[in-house]
Amino acid sequence: MECVFGLVGNDFAVVAADTSAVHSILVHKSNEDKIMILDSHKLVAASGEPGDRVQFTEYIQKNVALYQFRNGIPLTTAAAANFTRGELATALRKNPYSVNILLAGYDKETGPSLYYIDYIATLHKVDKGAFGYGSYFSLSMMDRHYHSGMTVEEAIDLVDKCITEIRSRLVVAPPNFVIKIVDKDGAREYAWRESVKDAAAASA
Amino acid sequence: MKLDTSGLESAAPVWGAPSELVDGFSAAPLFEVPNTTDFDGFQKEAIQMVKPAKGTTTLAFIFKEGVMVAADSRASMGGYISSQSVKKIIEINPYMLGTMAGGAADCQFWHRNLGIKCRLHELANKRRISVTGASKLLANILYSYRGMGLSVGTMIAGWDETGPGLYYVDSEGGRLKGMRFSVGSGSPYAYGVLDNGYRYDMSVEEAAELARRAIYHATFRDGASGGVASVYYVGPSGWKKLSGDDVGELHYKYYPVMPSTVEQEMIEVAGA
Repeated sequence: MECVFGLVGNDFAVVAADTSAVHSILVHKSNEDKIMILDSHKLVAASGEPGDRVQFTEYIQKNVALYQFRNGIPLTTAAAANFTRGELATALRKNPYSVNILLAGYDKETGPSLYYIDYIATLHKVDKGAFGYGSYFSLSMMDRHYHSGMTVEEAIDLVDKCITEIRSRLVVAPPNFVIKIVDKDGAREYAWRESVKDAAAASA
Repeated sequence: MKLDTSGLESAAPVWGAPSELVDGFSAAPLFEVPNTTDFDGFQKEAIQMVKPAKGTTTLAFIFKEGVMVAADSRASMGGYISSQSVKKIIEINPYMLGTMAGGAADCQFWHRNLGIKCRLHELANKRRISVTGASKLLANILYSYRGMGLSVGTMIAGWDETGPGLYYVDSEGGRLKGMRFSVGSGSPYAYGVLDNGYRYDMSVEEAAELARRAIYHATFRDGASGGVASVYYVGPSGWKKLSGDDVGELHYKYYPVMPSTVEQEMIEVAGA
């Protein structure tokens, strides 16, 4: 039920994820942020088992930070993606992590990039990607309307189209989404798309 | 898939008294194997047996004055009620509480263990541990035992330097920060009452009554919840137990028996 999708635009990459934390029929939380800011210019949008998702992405985040401390320069997006895939692959035959990841990043030399990493350690560099039941709707929407070099407005418009489609067609559609963007100025939150607000608006 | 275990069997007889003939040699080393035909599936079965047994209702929510924590007190083993007086709100330290759902032993042990770790943190760092830190400690421990059959669905509620804190932690390794949670088989019923009656700016009495009512309604509908509805309040100076009411009595308090109009009365016939 978790929906994660993203695309690469003109000098930026954008990812969106739903924000509901679900346990069988219960929605425990509808403002859970599943897009982690890996470092200043990288975003990791993850979906999967709750324990694995948080523990694995934090593990990657700490190791990426360690590399920067040791070597004085940050990892490129490609290097971070390959490192992530390597960790998933090593654990796969022993103690697999059930996490699907879209890694978006911006490098000065190569520009924006998006990597599709699934739970069995598949790695692809892509222009657009999606995970979860939402992918059935968002992938075709993106295939239809995507073109290379989209502006931020066009890309957000496409993301909103996908969210609308998921909300209207998916049987247990998540109500709220978070959108994050990464470009030359860094990785940051762009917007929330909420159709159900938690009563205590003072966000935990 | 049945494994070929012929290599594990030794020449020496396993059962029966060791005979003088065999005593001399060292038999092929035997190691313990689980007493089952299905090596790969038995562990999953063990976990599945435990899973449905989160027969309880616990809830906690943050409001203006602090955190309110409430739970029922019934322990059930399938259809048998083994106890009506289980303490499901565990006192980790004077300013932090944990709730119990799932395996009682697992919850009690790991909460006690968490209390020890929190105390060690205090001694090592000369300051109290935050609710964030305590819940992360517990979540990491439970994550490392993932897949081994622990059954814990707990909420860590407390008051630290940043104010009230509430986290949901479970044995799958999940950890969520939030303002309101309910855990257990009765939780959907409790959520209904809780969500509807919740306001951030409630007084302590109003919040306690909301918590009590939510537990009562869950015990009414859920067979695995019952006994006593305990309500605790966590404020700036630590936790305090506010009430413990038998849900049977609460029922008649909320829905008192009204004398109904008698339609027909049986009258004693006078005379023989």
